[in-house]
Parts: sequence; structure tokens; C-alpha cells
Amino acid sequence: METSDKAESGAHNQVILFTTLFLFWIMLNGTLAADTLLIGALASLSIALLLPNGLSFFTELQDTPQALVAGVRYYGYFFKELVRSNIKLTAIVLTRDLPIQPGIVKVRTKLKSRMGRLMLANSITLTPGTLTVELDGEWLYVHWVTVESTDIDAATAKIVSGFERYLEVMYG
Amino acid sequence: MTMLLDIIGGLLLVAGTAFLLFGGLGLVRMPDVFNRIQAGTKATTLGTLLTLAGATCLQPAWGVKLLLIGLFLLFTNPLSSQVLARAAHRSGAGKSEKTSIDRLEEDQRKKP
Repeated sequence: METSDKAESGAHNQVILFTTLFLFWIMLNGTLAADTLLIGALASLSIALLLPNGLSFFTELQDTPQALVAGVRYYGYFFKELVRSNIKLTAIVLTRDLPIQPGIVKVRTKLKSRMGRLMLANSITLTPGTLTVELDGEWLYVHWVTVESTDIDAATAKIVSGFERYLEVMYG
Repeated sequence: MTMLLDIIGGLLLVAGTAFLLFGGLGLVRMPDVFNRIQAGTKATTLGTLLTLAGATCLQPAWGVKLLLIGLFLLFTNPLSSQVLARAAHRSGAGKSEKTSIDRLEEDQRKKP
């Protein structure tokens, strides 16, 4: 029973992966000519078949209107943080005595889905002063240029919570 | 209209390259591999995205392709940095003297 469930979700994943790749291909080529479509379909199909566990942007995405709203707000928040991150880093790099106090802290995530965790790890890497070093189940090890707190809960609140509240709705 | 787009595009290109420059400076100035990756990832992501946005303003016809390149970058850039950082940590890369704490190393020691 369980194995057939697993096989089914694998096939479902492959369909999503194929669709994403194929759409990407069409947009990249900007044409609907038959030969282009055929090559794209063949390539997408082989990749999807070779990677039954492959993740794509739409894998595990919830199909609720709330997820869509959360997605839009997530990107708004994300770009704000990305700009903030760059300004902060530029300020550090341009300061004569390099004011850093690096360290690797441990944080915990509530997210259960693989795609949700992947997006979280990516988001953390692109936000002010943090870089995901290792993922271990619900634990993330994060390198922090200026360690503000070594406590797990406090660090989680500072690093993870901002993104988690959107990703939770998007991917669960 | 084209004039305005040209100006905006030019400004975006300059801003993008400026961030790339600061990222490069960060690579040189930062003391250890993890801090260097931090400087590298963020600056290259925003720098390249701004450059792509600038190029879109100058050549609107390329917009869709440049947007796709941007998306691709947004997903792959942080991922490759994480893999690099993990590999560096696993192979015991040296850490700056300023490093105050390393929970990952502590946890790995606890495991048999």
C-alpha cells in the first residue's frame, strides 16, 4: 500500500517536472514550431524519467488561493531582503577594520515538504549575512557573518521566521 | 520613451556592476572561505539581476529570455554556494580567528 502511494507521488512529481521543463523550453525559444516542440518534449521527458525524485518550482506547491497570495508576498519580502543584504555586505566590505563576528548557528524549521525546505535554505543564503551550510531534517546549520544570538530559538526567530510564514502557506 | 528607458537601463547596469565590484572586493577582503562565499553569493545574485534588468530596458525584445536567465540564477546561485559551503565544512576548511561558535562541528563530534 505504502509503496504504491510512493510510486504514485513519484509519477506525479515527474509530470510536474516535465511540464515545468517543457514550459521553460517554450518560453526560452519563443516559438511553437513543431520541430522545436518535439525536441523540447523529448529532452524534458528524458530528464523527468531520469530524475523521479527531481524537484521543480511547482512540486508540492499548494493549489489554494492563499498559496498564490503568499507566493507574491514572499517574493516582495525576498527582494527587499536581498537588497538589504547587499547594502549590509557592501557596508561591511567597505569598512576599514572589517566588522565581522562569524559563526555557525543551529536553527529549526517547521516546514515539512522538501521543496519548502529547499526554498527556505535558498532564501536564507540570499538574505543579510546568513548562509546555509548543512541541512539535517528539521535542523539547519547557518553561517552568520555577525552572530547576534547563539540560542536556537532566538536565532530561529531572527533568521527563519520571516520566510517561514509565507513558505508554510505555499508548500506546507 | 526610448530615451527614458535607456537612462533607466544604464543606471541599472551601473548599479548591477557596482554590486558585482563590491562582491569581488568582499572576496578579497573576507578572512575565510565561508565569509567569502557569503560575499560572493549575495553580490553576484543582485548584481546580475540588476544587470539583466538593465539589459531588458535597453533591449525590451530580449525581456522574456533575460527573465528566464534571472529565474535560473535565483535558484542555482544559492544552491551552489550551499554545496560549496557544505563541502568546505566537511573537508575541515580553516575558519577565521574571529569565529565565535560552530554548532555544526559540536553536533558532529557528539555523533559516534
